[in-house]
Amino acid sequence: MTSTNQTRNPVGGVSAPPTGLRPAGRPSVRSAETRRKWYEIIGLTTPAIVVYVMFVLVPMGFAFYYSLFRWRGVGPPTDYVGFDNYVLAFQDPIFLDALRNNAIIVFGSLLVQGPIALGVALLLNRSFRGRTVFRLLAFVPYVLAEVTVGIMWKLILTDNGTFDALLRAVGLGGLVQAWLADLDLVIWTLLFILTWKYVGFAIILLLAGLSNVPQELNEAASIDGASWWQIQRHVTLPLLGPTIRIWMFLSMIGSLQVFDVIWVTSVPAVRSLGASATMATYMVDNGFFARLWGYGNAVAVILFVISFVAALLFQRFLLRRDIQGAITRRAN
Amino acid sequence: MAIKRRATTFLALSITTALLVAGCGGGESDAPPESELFKNPVTLTWWHNASQDGPGKTYWEKVAKDFNTLHPTVTIEIEGIETNQLQRTRLPAALLSNDPPDIFQAWGGGEIREQVEADYLKDITGQVAAEVANIGSSAEIWAVNGKQYGLPFRMGIEGIWYNKDMFERAGITAPPATFDELNDAVTKLKAINVIPIAVGAGDKWPAAHWWYNFALRACSVDTLKKASLDLNFDDQCFVKAGEDLKAFIATEPFQRNFIATPGQNDPTSANGLLANGKAAMELMGDWNKGTLETVAEDEEALSKFIGWFPVPAIAGSAGDPKAALGGGDGFACAKNAPAECVEFLKYIVSPEVQKGYAETGTGLPVAKGAEAGVADPALKSILEATTGATYVQLWLDTAFGSTVGNAMNDAIVAIFAGNGTPQQVVDAMKSAARK
Repeated sequence: MTSTNQTRNPVGGVSAPPTGLRPAGRPSVRSAETRRKWYEIIGLTTPAIVVYVMFVLVPMGFAFYYSLFRWRGVGPPTDYVGFDNYVLAFQDPIFLDALRNNAIIVFGSLLVQGPIALGVALLLNRSFRGRTVFRLLAFVPYVLAEVTVGIMWKLILTDNGTFDALLRAVGLGGLVQAWLADLDLVIWTLLFILTWKYVGFAIILLLAGLSNVPQELNEAASIDGASWWQIQRHVTLPLLGPTIRIWMFLSMIGSLQVFDVIWVTSVPAVRSLGASATMATYMVDNGFFARLWGYGNAVAVILFVISFVAALLFQRFLLRRDIQGAITRRAN
Repeated sequence: MAIKRRATTFLALSITTALLVAGCGGGESDAPPESELFKNPVTLTWWHNASQDGPGKTYWEKVAKDFNTLHPTVTIEIEGIETNQLQRTRLPAALLSNDPPDIFQAWGGGEIREQVEADYLKDITGQVAAEVANIGSSAEIWAVNGKQYGLPFRMGIEGIWYNKDMFERAGITAPPATFDELNDAVTKLKAINVIPIAVGAGDKWPAAHWWYNFALRACSVDTLKKASLDLNFDDQCFVKAGEDLKAFIATEPFQRNFIATPGQNDPTSANGLLANGKAAMELMGDWNKGTLETVAEDEEALSKFIGWFPVPAIAGSAGDPKAALGGGDGFACAKNAPAECVEFLKYIVSPEVQKGYAETGTGLPVAKGAEAGVADPALKSILEATTGATYVQLWLDTAFGSTVGNAMNDAIVAIFAGNGTPQQVVDAMKSAARK
């Protein structure tokens, strides 16, 4: 709000005087303007708000309401159990496995995708022949549908599949593993697939960020005798900070809620043993397949709360400077 | 702060809405009297699980058309929906919203019991006495407390599908009749370097069915019947089933990495291993003929070498050696469906329609008088065994309902994976029964 007032003020840089000091005689014009502004706000935001309430807030309310019942989806929920479903979830070792797997995916994605994406983006930001082709190639996996990616990797990594054949062909037959069935290995296989799928998104974001770094700064640095590495380290990277932080935020939320690729790629048996379950797959397995609708809703609420708190903390501490005034209170 | 307060209001509002919706159930009219049958035009909506193009889907279209020709006042609108989507999401949601299809797929057992308790289904006991008599005891699976709520159109017991050529090569003269003979056959098949038994443990249920069969052999019929009704699993026979399974797995009869193998639908599945001459046996239901064909590289070779025998007995066990595990598919009418729905249901299970169904090869018919439609020798032997079985136990995961069934299957898979115990299966079933 403050910024809107500022831009309206004809004298740039000076903020509007407090309301009390406004000269007499102006209020009617002012209030007509205010009213028009409100019509504008209401008219433009109502459709969005209606959709948001109908399809986001109301279902969330329902989910929380249903989560308080022992309910199998037959007849209306009547067996009120309070927060029992939440207690049950945290007592189930498979749900705790799912939580651990989500944590592996969150941190694994940040630690693996981050450096790769940064390196590739810095390389692709230099001009060379075929740059567009490479940019396109890096982005292709991200454009593919999740289900397509899941089925593709499932076929490649299946027992005696393409990947095993490839290893044997180059004399590395000893490395062949049950990539999707080994209970200790499968989460790392999935992390690899997710990295392959989403690293392109990080690269594109960082490339966009890099294109905003003024060329003059690089030139100035190189005139001062800075090497390419020094320029990247001391000029480009600091200016890329906001982009990196936004990518980290999106990656983290996506990792917490990841479902499709895991659902399609992982074997149901391995998932039910906890080795490849995530919170979202656990929710569907229990909600629909075990017909524990109340319990499934409780898991949904837990997933929501974890994502929401993670998002708030991230915004509060890491995105603070980037989105100042929009979400946090304006810093003095 | 303002935003927070508004969010709370929305939450409160939506909870109120939920309560209102939940409260506005009831309010239904009774079915019209018999005399009004076929007087007024009605439209029946019909949900079944033959969603993919094939003989099954085509046949249901023909059945609906034929019924419309017989009774021009009845129009039937068909929707074929993939099984899991149909049973787990579409149907429960439609029933909850009080806008269900008139006639729909019903699994029987635990599921139909829950649906009856919620007052979703039409009691058809009075109208279908003749049909029930003709179908026989398997119709009980669609009955709750002595009242009939649905009728099966497909029913069969499971057994072991095997490769006759491999048995001959391995020097196995007759299909194993006891588990000792089965173990013997496994040893002989290993000697000729084939996978003795293929199991699609990746999909959980194909592995769980081995445990079901050990339970059927370890538990008396009475124990199993009682367990399906009151979900009481205190009998030691349920632990014994897991112990027998563990001992059987220890003889390594299954393929490598079975925990990742899917059950059916692709060449790398357990079906694919049997159909393409890589494995000698597979435990599977009566539908297997059709699913083996879809993954076979050479359908003709498959039809020559494929055979079927019942699950072997275990010497000295409490279970009835002539009892078998089986299951089927049925249809039920929604509570407020027009009376014509029941007439259509009766038409579906009539001998001539059942015969046509059997001819599609997608499953075994339930009605007497439809046997002539079964041409395949393997299916014929299943039909004989089904008729000859002293007791047909419904698939345990269906009989106990999805919640116990799912927990049970997960715990059995843990035994297959080597990190579960027989006691944990029973514990999981008991705790799921309380969920």
